[in-house]
Amino acid sequence: MSRIGILKTYKIYIGGQFPRTESGRYYPLENKQGEVIANICLSSRKDFRNAVVAARGAFAGWSGRSAYNRSQILYRIAEMLEGRSAQFIEELILTGSTRAAAEKELHQAIDRLVYYAGWCDKYTQIFSSVNPVQSSHFNFSVPEPTGVVAVSAPQDSSLLGLVSVIAPILAGGNVCIVLAAEKKPLAAITFAEVLATSDLPGGVINILTGKTKEILPQMASHMDVNAVVWAGNSAEEIKQTQETGAVNVKRIFNWTKNDWTSAQAQNPYLIFDLQEIKTTWHPIENIGTSGAKY
Amino acid sequence: MKSNPDFSKSPTIDQVGVEERVARLNTRSIKKESKVAGLKLALNMIDLTTLEGKDTEGKVRQMCYKAMHLHDALPDLPTVAAVCVYPTFVATAKAALGNSGVKVASVATAFPAGQSTLDVKIRDTQFAVDCGADEVDMVISRGEFLRGNYSFVFDEIAAVKKACGPARLKVILETGELSTLDNVRRASDIAMYAGADFIKTSTGKIQPAATAPVTLTMLEAIRDYYYETGIMVGMKPAGGISSAKAALQNLVMVRETLGAAWLDNHWFRFGASSLANDILLQLLKEATGRYQSSDYISKD
Amino acid sequence: MPIKPKATKSVAKQTAKKTITKKATLDFVGGWSYAPSPESKDHIRLEKKYGHFINGEFVKPSAGKYMATHSPSTEEHLADVALGDAADVDKAVKAARKAYDTVWSKMPASERGKYLYRIARMIQERARELSVIESMDGGKSIRESRDIDIPIAAAHFFYYAGWADKLEYAFPNRTVTSVGVAGQIIPWNFPLLMAAWKIAPALACGNTVVLKPAETTPLTALKLAEIIRDCGLPPGVVNIVTGDGRAGAALVSHPDIDKIAFTGSTDVGKIIQKAIAGTNKKITLELGGKAANIIFEDAPIDQAVEGIINGIFFNQGHVCCAGSRLFVQEGIADKVIRKLKDRMETLVVGDPLDKNTDIGAINSREQLDKINHYLKLGVKEGAEMWQSSCAVPRKGNFCRPTIFLHASQSHRIVQEEIFGPVLAIQTFRTVEEVLEKANNTPYGLSAGVWTDKGSKIFNMTSRLRAGVVWANTYNKFDPTSPFGGYKESGFGREGGLHGLLPYVNLK
Repeated sequence: MSRIGILKTYKIYIGGQFPRTESGRYYPLENKQGEVIANICLSSRKDFRNAVVAARGAFAGWSGRSAYNRSQILYRIAEMLEGRSAQFIEELILTGSTRAAAEKELHQAIDRLVYYAGWCDKYTQIFSSVNPVQSSHFNFSVPEPTGVVAVSAPQDSSLLGLVSVIAPILAGGNVCIVLAAEKKPLAAITFAEVLATSDLPGGVINILTGKTKEILPQMASHMDVNAVVWAGNSAEEIKQTQETGAVNVKRIFNWTKNDWTSAQAQNPYLIFDLQEIKTTWHPIENIGTSGAKY
Repeated sequence: MKSNPDFSKSPTIDQVGVEERVARLNTRSIKKESKVAGLKLALNMIDLTTLEGKDTEGKVRQMCYKAMHLHDALPDLPTVAAVCVYPTFVATAKAALGNSGVKVASVATAFPAGQSTLDVKIRDTQFAVDCGADEVDMVISRGEFLRGNYSFVFDEIAAVKKACGPARLKVILETGELSTLDNVRRASDIAMYAGADFIKTSTGKIQPAATAPVTLTMLEAIRDYYYETGIMVGMKPAGGISSAKAALQNLVMVRETLGAAWLDNHWFRFGASSLANDILLQLLKEATGRYQSSDYISKD
Repeated sequence: MPIKPKATKSVAKQTAKKTITKKATLDFVGGWSYAPSPESKDHIRLEKKYGHFINGEFVKPSAGKYMATHSPSTEEHLADVALGDAADVDKAVKAARKAYDTVWSKMPASERGKYLYRIARMIQERARELSVIESMDGGKSIRESRDIDIPIAAAHFFYYAGWADKLEYAFPNRTVTSVGVAGQIIPWNFPLLMAAWKIAPALACGNTVVLKPAETTPLTALKLAEIIRDCGLPPGVVNIVTGDGRAGAALVSHPDIDKIAFTGSTDVGKIIQKAIAGTNKKITLELGGKAANIIFEDAPIDQAVEGIINGIFFNQGHVCCAGSRLFVQEGIADKVIRKLKDRMETLVVGDPLDKNTDIGAINSREQLDKINHYLKLGVKEGAEMWQSSCAVPRKGNFCRPTIFLHASQSHRIVQEEIFGPVLAIQTFRTVEEVLEKANNTPYGLSAGVWTDKGSKIFNMTSRLRAGVVWANTYNKFDPTSPFGGYKESGFGREGGLHGLLPYVNLK
């Protein structure tokens, strides 16, 4: 008799832990042939709330890390992803990819992480300015992370799309709660396992699985979420998010149009979307406009 | 008795902030009756000054007459507050001014550099007071101050104060040599705690002299000392204030920093030689409606 | 009243005895004072009635309705201006679209820039007239409209004029295109300045605009319309529709608007954000604030006190970035409050046109009622109210500068934007405590920090969640300096290089 294999339980990822949904609900994930390949957590609004609490708690630490350190951690994620290549390829195939497509998607995802790892300590220089004000003040503007970002991951590109939206958010010092592609959640959960083993502090990225219809309104209405990024939703969902999101003046970005397989889909302007510009003033002695040198 | 504060911990001053405050105070618009009253007040606050190597008794006597008779053609003018001379001319000035009420101030303590021994400085002071000086304008030892020897500066002021007897002591900080407003503030504190009746910006021999940021910083030091002790100290900007407009701007600074009590020549003076005539030009203009020529005002 | 100087006292009376007063109080009321010094209105020409400025000319409102604009200080009726409706807005948007399609988007960028330079110059030429009208219509002191609003408005056009033909340098590796027609809605606190903040970058980037000035302060925008007409700007590039919230709503919902820029209250900002949901309109919001102004015990205290004054009493406190929450470190609280009170006693409240006025009129009766409501509330909440003893004109909308001592984070006067000359004061003990309290607000527009220690400044400025942080200064503005908020204070920046972004598409 052959050995009985150990089946993987796919759980959600909150605060660096892998709990089951507090609701106890699940939905069956089927392959192309209609066979159930896994039971996936059907996350609830409470799961989302817990994830926001975890993310908020992680924000000060993550945004306070040196850019160099964030860069190293992003690179570490790429390393861990590379090391788990085989598993990701199998899971992508399981959710409908050909082997060639799965390999290509994985390699692009790894390269994307490396790309953004490199941006961590550079985008600030691109988007900052020293402003030559008329008065005797030193004045400069720098980008700072927006805060807690809720993300609706791309539906069709379950690994590359996921990595492509998370990486710029992360590189910019933000923390996030990601709702994985509803029909292709496996790669997202396995990616969480990569995150858990790559020096990324718990809570910086939180990954939920479940129904867009249930979670999206929570993303839009939660008062401690600063921004929402959608990358795979219908026009009607987007409109609803915008309407609800006004409740606390959320920054809302529509990244749906990006073709994540193209080179244009990676750029520092995506980092910049989730940044606030802070301008600081300080007096400068002795170069007063009045010419009044003391 | 309370001990003196640690002068190395005098409040810091942000220069740009002071300049902004000065600029804002300078937007005050002084018109009509306020202008006339302010100008007369300023005239009455002047220490008419001659401090030159070439001064003689004759020169001093002429200036003393001007001090009492600024422009007799214009009625209701006050006299200046005082004349300010070297110690050797105190007796001359005293005699010339008689009982006009105009006081005699004398510089002392090896003015203007102050580079002498304490003994010489004390004798210089005593000589001026013995000749009848009502007020003594001393200089601080800037070198000692700048090298951080605050107790030396303090003790010297205290010693001169003692030598002044009944005369009021004005302590000249020579702010043009102090380099920063932080130092101006610290020197002000030392002078006041050591017993100064007045603090004064400059000798008039060093540029810059009484700039508005310096004056404001000193007025704020006086205010803090008053808050702390209840003791009023006078202020004398000297050097560089030659226009009626600048004089009014100084009055505005005093009014909005120390209030009405200091708007009196017992508490505020201008050390100036040419200011009086510019004020007279303005007063004549206010009286006649015509812009004036300096040919019509005496230059003593 | 000015007093006569006393004759010099006799020498005999003079002694070197120290004058020690028992209670060291300063008198800022008696003695020599300032006579009224009103700026002349002689050269001001106002029409009886103003139409909308659409397609390069003043036109009557479609429905023929007008609204009156009054001086909040004298209650004098200044002029009637058109009460715009959806039809007027539609007309203006059509004119803007036509100008965009046929002229403005096709014009060489350097030529666009030259028009902006012209506008800047003509604002400078007519600065005095604009300042006086600004103070008449809005109630702000002539000192501020003359020295701040109008010069910075001109400087804003001058700054963005130069950007028009240099946009490709602003956004690395991107092609810059204009957005289209911008709908811009501005508030009543800085009427001309806000018009400049909105129009200058929009035009520099090749967009055309429809601007809706605030209901209570339309006049300088209409004067700007005259300037724009006199500068020969092609018709339709700038259109100005006056009116109330209905005109604003029509502008927001107009289908042919590509971008909305709004400055005003957070409540209205949220309504606008909601209203454009599901459209492709770009949006920037510059909304309310409740800024913390933090004074450490090692601060340059006299300058900090001046910063408190500028922070809360600038423009009657009608400033979204006003430093309305003061945090003073406990060891210096008594000293700072004493100095603050003395400084407040020197503030002149009254006729906005008097050159010595520091605090002019509250912009409207409605706003004054709101402020008074908060004054009552503060007292009811148990904070200790203190007001300066200055005289206040009987007629018109005026409010004495006010501070609340012993306020706490739980008080509504600490949590809510009052938009008036009202300061809530709290003490603090440690850096961590004050950071937590400063950031404990839904807003995030601005903050102030005062300390002599450089490393503390950088710690504070980097951890305060606000778009503008003034260190050892407060309420400074410059065209080159980006301005805008975090959190519920809005998003997008105005001013500087970053102020271009809302008005361009990047490819």
